[in-house]
Amino acid sequence: MLLFSSSRRAAGPAIIAAGLVLAMTACGGGGADGRAAGPDTLDPNADLSKQKLTVSNWDGYMPEDLPEKFKAAKGPTVTVTKHATNEEIMAKLTAGGDSHIDVAFVSGQFAQALNEQGLLEPIHADLVPNLKNLYPEAGQLAFDKGNKFSVPYTWGTTGLCYRTDLTGYTPDSWEDLLTPKPQLAKKVTMMATERWLMLPAEKSLGFSANTTDAKQLEQVKQKLLAAKKTLLAYDDTTFGDRLKSGEAALVEAWDGWCPTDDPKIKFVVPKEGSDLWVDTMVILKTSKNKEAAHAFINYILDADNHSWAADNILYKVPNAAAMAKVDAKVLETHPQLKMAPADLLKNEVPVDLGDAAPTYTRIATEVSAG
Amino acid sequence: MSATRTPPRAARRERLVGRLATLGPGLGYLTVFMLVPLALVLGYTLFHRGRFGGIVYEASADNYTRVADGLYLGVIWTSVKIAGITTLLALLLGYPTAYLIAQLPRAWRTVALVLVVLPFWTNFLIRTYAWIILLNSEGIINRALTGLGIIQRPLELLYTQGAVVGGLLYAYLPLMVLPLYSAIERLDPQLREASANLGARPARTFWSVTLPLTLPGALTGCVFVFVPSLGNFVIPELLGGGRTVMVGNLIRDQFLKARDWPFGSTLALIVIALLVLLLMAQAWAARRLTDGTDRA
Repeated sequence: MLLFSSSRRAAGPAIIAAGLVLAMTACGGGGADGRAAGPDTLDPNADLSKQKLTVSNWDGYMPEDLPEKFKAAKGPTVTVTKHATNEEIMAKLTAGGDSHIDVAFVSGQFAQALNEQGLLEPIHADLVPNLKNLYPEAGQLAFDKGNKFSVPYTWGTTGLCYRTDLTGYTPDSWEDLLTPKPQLAKKVTMMATERWLMLPAEKSLGFSANTTDAKQLEQVKQKLLAAKKTLLAYDDTTFGDRLKSGEAALVEAWDGWCPTDDPKIKFVVPKEGSDLWVDTMVILKTSKNKEAAHAFINYILDADNHSWAADNILYKVPNAAAMAKVDAKVLETHPQLKMAPADLLKNEVPVDLGDAAPTYTRIATEVSAG
Repeated sequence: MSATRTPPRAARRERLVGRLATLGPGLGYLTVFMLVPLALVLGYTLFHRGRFGGIVYEASADNYTRVADGLYLGVIWTSVKIAGITTLLALLLGYPTAYLIAQLPRAWRTVALVLVVLPFWTNFLIRTYAWIILLNSEGIINRALTGLGIIQRPLELLYTQGAVVGGLLYAYLPLMVLPLYSAIERLDPQLREASANLGARPARTFWSVTLPLTLPGALTGCVFVFVPSLGNFVIPELLGGGRTVMVGNLIRDQFLKARDWPFGSTLALIVIALLVLLLMAQAWAARRLTDGTDRA
């Protein structure tokens, strides 16, 4: 891994790059926890006011005034950069060299991929005492058991979001989406992002949401192609509005995106099971402000700060102390927030697909072009 | 001649400096922002994606064999078809529009041209969303029609290939009207008068005089509409509901979602090659069309 990280800067020449690939393959699972290069020794008493942090996050994913408050409380100046997608931040972090980002917010399977490339600093639990606020289930996520290199920020699941007055019955299965009743034809939407495009068919067929089996994927593809006939559109962003306007009656939705504050709209996790997506915070190995980075994560995990995400983004947070502080009114209008961590954990955590990733992309293209 | 008065070498140097000063900025711009990126695109096509994205520098022609796959050729064909239909419709709609504008009194022509370009003052995305609000099954048009009892069930106006063509046509029609207008407006009215004096009916004058002389303008308009239509990815996504994939979507997804820059570059290069061929054909046709006229 040392060879790997030092040669990353000389990304140009073909030979070195080819060697890199060999090195990566050779490291395989062995270096998977990113510890081969060893964690830095961090000073718990470091003067944080001398450190400066650059944090990359999705727009609106943490309070606007958090950097100021953190500076006032702990000292470090925080610059926030924004990314629109996991892919965008991945491109920055894996471009080679120092991205000058200290803390990044990425989804679990992307944290896993970053760690497999040796780009992440292990989490020094002693510098993050607020880890105690997390549910025990937060340490059992498939991409990073024990939170070795990532700290979960939000988590949730994907299910069916529907208009009770337009469906006329209570859906409970992915089949309600894939083979809708006649009155719902052209009134359903599915997500376009490949993992979530595949999820309903994978689960309905009884497969893993991380399956890489060619035969299973072929069945998934056929099912999705058949489902396209009764589909209104593929939609990752405006399905909530479509439900409200009545253009759609039943949509695939993330729990936090289902506008259940409208009394006619309900959310259900299909009986075949679903995914458990997690957005995490990671610290980059290239960071020169690792003490401040840990302090930042610790600050976020403070119950008062972390509950902001549940109150405002309407995503569950894996933080018992923070969930206890969530506004009762919000819990009432968004009952999905009350899902118990144990129930959430019955769903499948997406992991990095590795070499099968292009297969998923291809199937997604075949389905949307078909 | 000035060359006899100043020494030839100094004159040549002067001319060179003059050329560099005038051509330099433009050439520099083209080199930095066109040639270098194009060279990068060409270079990337020879490599492949690493396990986590990024680029692995092992040369191979794999990306090209991958494009030859029916799936991607199918997408390119769909795109060419959609862009072609859009262009044809734009020509059929744009020609009469441009013709009529050219017949207006001078003051009204300016007003009409401003109206043609007026939509460009609003953001393209907002205009596209406006179509969604108008056309969706619970949208203004469907509500009005069902409210008036003209239709029982809402019409399926959105999320079809037709909706994509409609959106592209709406977006790029002005690019057809403007070059056509300039070609028609430039036409010497005496040519048409001569045709009429020689006994040709208006239809004959149109087919034998006006149309052939304005065809180069029509070709320019066609290229202006076809090229951006072929590469568009916003309209297939918004008005096509993601149910239609055009080559622009494919390229965008390879770069931004699959993080497969080499394959995305290969697709981009193929589209560029297609467009270069098209431009060459257009230039050749325009030359053929203007040959033999008394322009010279």
